[in-house]
Amino acid sequence: MLFQQVINGLTLGSVYAIIALGYTMVYGILELINFAHGEIYMLGAYLGIIFLGIFTTMGLTAYSLPLAVFLTVVLAIFFCSAYGFTMEKVAYKPLRNAPRLSPLISAIGVSIFLQNYVMITQGATDRVFPYRFGEKHLHFMNAEVTWLQGSIIAVSAILMISLHMFQKTRMGKAMRATAQDKTMAALVGINVDSIISLTFVIGAGLAAVAGVMVASYYGLVNHFIGYVAGIKAFTAAVLGGIGSIPGAMLGGIILGLIESTGAAYISSEYKDAYAFVILIIILLIKPSGILGRHTEEKV
Amino acid sequence: MVHILEARDVSKHFGGIGALEDVSFKIRKGAIISIIGPNGAGKTTLFNCLTGIARPDRGAIYFMENEISKLPAHRVTELGIARTFQNIRLFPEMTVIENVMVAQHLRVRYGLLSAIAHNRTFRKKEKDIIEKAFEYVGFVGLENFARTPACNLSYGSQRRLEIARALATEPGLLLLDEPTAGMNAIETMEVMDLIAQIRELGKTIVLIEHDMKLVMGISEWIIVLDHGVKIAEGTAEEVRNDPLVIDAYLGKEAVQ
Repeated sequence: MLFQQVINGLTLGSVYAIIALGYTMVYGILELINFAHGEIYMLGAYLGIIFLGIFTTMGLTAYSLPLAVFLTVVLAIFFCSAYGFTMEKVAYKPLRNAPRLSPLISAIGVSIFLQNYVMITQGATDRVFPYRFGEKHLHFMNAEVTWLQGSIIAVSAILMISLHMFQKTRMGKAMRATAQDKTMAALVGINVDSIISLTFVIGAGLAAVAGVMVASYYGLVNHFIGYVAGIKAFTAAVLGGIGSIPGAMLGGIILGLIESTGAAYISSEYKDAYAFVILIIILLIKPSGILGRHTEEKV
Repeated sequence: MVHILEARDVSKHFGGIGALEDVSFKIRKGAIISIIGPNGAGKTTLFNCLTGIARPDRGAIYFMENEISKLPAHRVTELGIARTFQNIRLFPEMTVIENVMVAQHLRVRYGLLSAIAHNRTFRKKEKDIIEKAFEYVGFVGLENFARTPACNLSYGSQRRLEIARALATEPGLLLLDEPTAGMNAIETMEVMDLIAQIRELGKTIVLIEHDMKLVMGISEWIIVLDHGVKIAEGTAEEVRNDPLVIDAYLGKEAVQ
């Protein structure tokens, strides 16, 4: 029973973690809570449904399911990255030197816009994921792990490892340098604008994968899912220490585990409330999060 | 090309206050030049204009025949101007070697695809970057601290690291903003030796300094600013005897 909840929690948590990465990366560079990030995840879920639907109609799904899923994910990443890129250029870049509240309000505006945009174009009712992944599962220490759960955990792990390796490359170092001091980064020859764009593109790409995975896991999607998922991933980012990439990963996993065990042992009625209780507790006790650096005012 | 840098009538105002007023000068290639002047004379503002951090309101700056006053900072760095700051600005959470590596990436490029694939180009270039970074770190004598986070270095070492990082962008012109500020006599001597060595590499160096004795000893040309206006320039001897300079900067002490 407990181990089953751990598996469920890991599945959920790894999704939270990869959404949380988008929040934390943007915060690390711009000190902006990108409230529209959950909406990118929602777009990813819709794009997954749309593209897999197209591939099913074309007969590709029947021909090769892995190929159809792979192409769906690639296309969802592409389009979500384009949304993320455009969002930064339109809603945040013009406000780069404005007071900190302005881009925050702009983010909420983008969030409301995207929700309504999807509602108008895709309809206000739930959409169904066009393929049901079977209930085939592995038995593992008295727990049942479906192939889908295993895939979600594996894909998330691969994404997190890739991001970790990316941090050590030329562009990853440029990104860390930009997060620490934008002026100085420009003075060692880093194009700060393109690094900021890259951050949004990577964050949106990760959210796209999360969106497709959740759509396939729950099977149902509506235009509100970005809001709750966004708030939870944000909680995960704060729990781990906002601005810290390992923190977002850790925070996501912990949050997922708390939710699934809480739902099993306390009450599933309050499933969504656990995240908010945790958010309040962290903000009261350790606002810098588990792995967050102590923020000092820059002189 | 005798002159590496030329400023023509550069002016910069901050809300009605003139930080720089029609400042013009030329800098000869390979020279060590000092910019001196009392606090608030506009020295750091001038550096900001030269590196693309601040945009002059009027005037033009030419670096190796390129107009640079309208370029963003990263383009100016790419053309070959690097600088350090009076209050040190390292990437505090990166190690010493990473601080230098990040500055080198400008000169060593590889595609995102080869980074993802970790192919031979990627590994070769990353290896080149690390080797070169160790050269720069060794040049300023920090080879034993390569893996130390920059924020854990001593004050003097942080200054040296800042110089190493500036060198790693492979500049033709190096701007040093008070490189000996807050240092004791021995550390100051060491930094001066380092500056002399950098010059041997064929770099042109512009210093902002407060230590008059130090400036007089090392620089072959001195530019004096006061309240944003260039009041004199010349050799150490000429500047020392200029009545305007004595009045504005050196004060009565120097006359005695």
